[in-house]
Amino acid sequence: MPMSVSSVFPQLEQLLPRVSKPIQYVGGELGAVVKDWDATTVRWALMYPDAYEVGLPNQGVQILYEVLNEQEDVLAERTYAVWPDLEALMKENGVPQFTVDAHRPVKAFDVFGISFATELGYTNMLSALELAGIPLNSADRGLDDPIVLAGGHASFNPEPIADFIDAAVLGDGEEAVLEITGIIREWKEEGSPGGRDELLLRLARTESIYVPRFYDVDYLPDGRIQRVVPNRPDVPFRVAKRTTMDLDAWPYPKKPLVPLAETVHERYAVEIFRGCTRGCRFCQAGMITRPVRERSITTVGQMIKEGLEYSGFSEVGLLSLSSADHSEIGDMCSGLAEQYEGTNVSLSLPSTRVDAFNIDLAQELSKNGRRTGLTFAPEGGSERIRKVINKMVTKEDLIRTVVTAYTNGWRQVKLYFMCGLPTETDEDVLEIAQMAHEVIRAGREAAGTKDIRCTVSIGGFVPKPHTPFQWAAMERPEVIDARLKMLKQEINSDRGLGRAIGYRYHDGEPSLIEGLLSRGDRRVGAVIRRVWEKGGRFDGWSEHFSYARWVESCAEVLPQFGVDLDWFTTREREQAEVLPWDHLDSGLDKDWLWQDWQDSLTEYEQPDCRWTPCFDCGVCPSMDTEIQIGPTGKKLLPLTPVNSLRVPA
Amino acid sequence: MGATKNQPVGGQAPVVQRVRIRYAKRGPLRFTSHRDFARAFERALRRAAVPIAFSQGFTPHPKISYASAAPTGVGSEAEYLEIGLQAEVDPGQLRLALDAALSPGLDVLDAVVAGPGSLADRIDASSWRLELPAVDPAEAEAAVKAFTALDEVLVERMTKQGRRSFDARQAVTHISVSDQSVVPSEADGTPCAIIDLVVRQVTPAVRPDDVLSGLRVAAGLEPPVPPRVTRLAQGTLTAQGEIVDPLDADRETALPG
Repeated sequence: MPMSVSSVFPQLEQLLPRVSKPIQYVGGELGAVVKDWDATTVRWALMYPDAYEVGLPNQGVQILYEVLNEQEDVLAERTYAVWPDLEALMKENGVPQFTVDAHRPVKAFDVFGISFATELGYTNMLSALELAGIPLNSADRGLDDPIVLAGGHASFNPEPIADFIDAAVLGDGEEAVLEITGIIREWKEEGSPGGRDELLLRLARTESIYVPRFYDVDYLPDGRIQRVVPNRPDVPFRVAKRTTMDLDAWPYPKKPLVPLAETVHERYAVEIFRGCTRGCRFCQAGMITRPVRERSITTVGQMIKEGLEYSGFSEVGLLSLSSADHSEIGDMCSGLAEQYEGTNVSLSLPSTRVDAFNIDLAQELSKNGRRTGLTFAPEGGSERIRKVINKMVTKEDLIRTVVTAYTNGWRQVKLYFMCGLPTETDEDVLEIAQMAHEVIRAGREAAGTKDIRCTVSIGGFVPKPHTPFQWAAMERPEVIDARLKMLKQEINSDRGLGRAIGYRYHDGEPSLIEGLLSRGDRRVGAVIRRVWEKGGRFDGWSEHFSYARWVESCAEVLPQFGVDLDWFTTREREQAEVLPWDHLDSGLDKDWLWQDWQDSLTEYEQPDCRWTPCFDCGVCPSMDTEIQIGPTGKKLLPLTPVNSLRVPA
Repeated sequence: MGATKNQPVGGQAPVVQRVRIRYAKRGPLRFTSHRDFARAFERALRRAAVPIAFSQGFTPHPKISYASAAPTGVGSEAEYLEIGLQAEVDPGQLRLALDAALSPGLDVLDAVVAGPGSLADRIDASSWRLELPAVDPAEAEAAVKAFTALDEVLVERMTKQGRRSFDARQAVTHISVSDQSVVPSEADGTPCAIIDLVVRQVTPAVRPDDVLSGLRVAAGLEPPVPPRVTRLAQGTLTAQGEIVDPLDADRETALPG
């Protein structure tokens, strides 16, 4: 039996006066749970591999934290990436990676679960493993080490981190963490038979937990993958993603974590649905989270009521991949606006759909005075490129929508685009300028004032696994940068209009590295390790990210495999090529994905299967799931105002 | 009061009651910065359903005013604030409700209906306890003696205006090594010197870490591990050197007879 685990806080406390924002390391949030270590059987350390201010609001971690802690014999605590100032002090003073809840060392837990919303957290995982005293390579770990488990969207291709993790879960985590807990509980109660290998085997046999060490990758002489096959008879050839059906049965977070430190989102966020079938071809989230599963209007209303009472937040976010698409979004917005009128609670809907309906909703939500910004995402500058990416919006739609916003009193709208899309030319990007000019011209006319603005925000396109663009070549960073520069000049070519247009963009270089990590295979693991050894940390932060370090590390470790950075990024793949993630099943039929890729090249638009017949993407039949949408016909009832202090009994 | 221009129609409900609150920042939560506390307190008001009043204007703010807050990382048993309410509440119930709504470690100790006069006018000094682990009380004693023997001890600190030099001596009305200090013994080799300190509120503010700098300047005292500092009281400094809780005056007004 392992000894009871004690807090490292007394040692940590000595270091905190010497670091910036020490509050992020002390825990004590509302909603935080501290349990008796010895009274529990299975213990999880959950990590969001970025700074506390980014990681704490993460919905995935909060949901799993609550689901796990609701189990009596299970303990879940959280850990985040520590900034380099504390990392150095921890190393100097022998303080290990700790959880913020009870400051227990991560190494003492049964599972070290890391949620990768983006691949840019990989180097932070290595820092955490090192600080925790857990061997970096899965192969070097023993019975005393936790199972290092990856989740989040990036785990749909965990091959670049295959050497460092023990297992990965694809898809929704609510039920998966309970099943994993059950397997570990049973194995521990039996006295840990067969050691770590046996436990990993039991996990792998579920057919929905991927254990990289049980699969061998063979390569062709030209560097491409020949095949990925199990190296033992009792694990499946393909590992399937998990899908939580009936979101009303999983109304989390019920008790959201409310931090003392300032974080990027200070709001009660409720997912109003999961999945999206709009079919934007660049969007990995939309592809891997199918089918659409709505949470009902009444559950959403109840969650918000209880979530606000519990947390004291004054802001509510209605989250999903395309919130205006909820079958009862109109009633939901007007019902919530009525319920919270005059309460100083502000409601927001991340608005990306380009149509006037969105403005009606935003109007409704701003009833109690506060007007949140409007963001529209046409994504592509030209009609042609929008057909390529299946973003079905015409220029007329966009102008009309934005003009409606200005007419209704908005003075500022944000337009979101991507650069570097497949088949993109300079002209496609320059059309963004024309569009922005027209928006300002029409807006000034409609609003009757010169005092309106729009912000053009441009992100770099990164081809992602399990999307129709998984075969596409990335554009070179210098081409992206040149186009962005050209666009800027074009926007400012008319000074009168250009003055009213804000312009925000990212350089092409970080996108290229994200592309390497997104579509990389196991050989990329050596690059990640090298970058980390050279000091790479916090790659999602421009002040910490070093393109030169990544390029240099690629040049050092990839030649031994006969490949290079370009091979992983700017190279177009052929239909027959075995992709590193082919053995990981998102439910999408690879032939359908290929067809959709071909359709994009002929600019064929694919409508949404919620309102048109099924187009056979493969997800529902292969995952045994179905579209779950309303309307339920129910309405939100008025809330009874609280007139007395909430004094604890 | 005359009508104010550019106000939203309707306006905010007026303040009908003011309540003064004493709270503590304890244990790990002493690392809460003042901004962090302010955000947490506003949320606690909502969680506890406190009928807080809001300022007028396009972005109404809850009516909260703070007395000088202890620095981040310093614990406190005596922080003060005042809130304006749009409905009367029982201060005892308010204390319970707010205390339950804040994280353990941010503890609401007292709540009193405000009488006449301002809170700030009743605060001109603080008393502090400085724990110096691994410092021999005898060594601390010598440093304190050297410090008190001087009329002026210049120390430096980074301020918003850049590095400044100022006197840390004059504001100190009392400094002594506590008899609760841990003297190293054979059984326990780790000593811990405890310094009791009373500092008047002056400009620029002299903080406990400035006095520690002063001890270094005056006697070369260099604690090997970061000292643990707690504010024990804030209020009016009497001629006898006692600090009077600023809420006492309100309690007296509130009591009949």
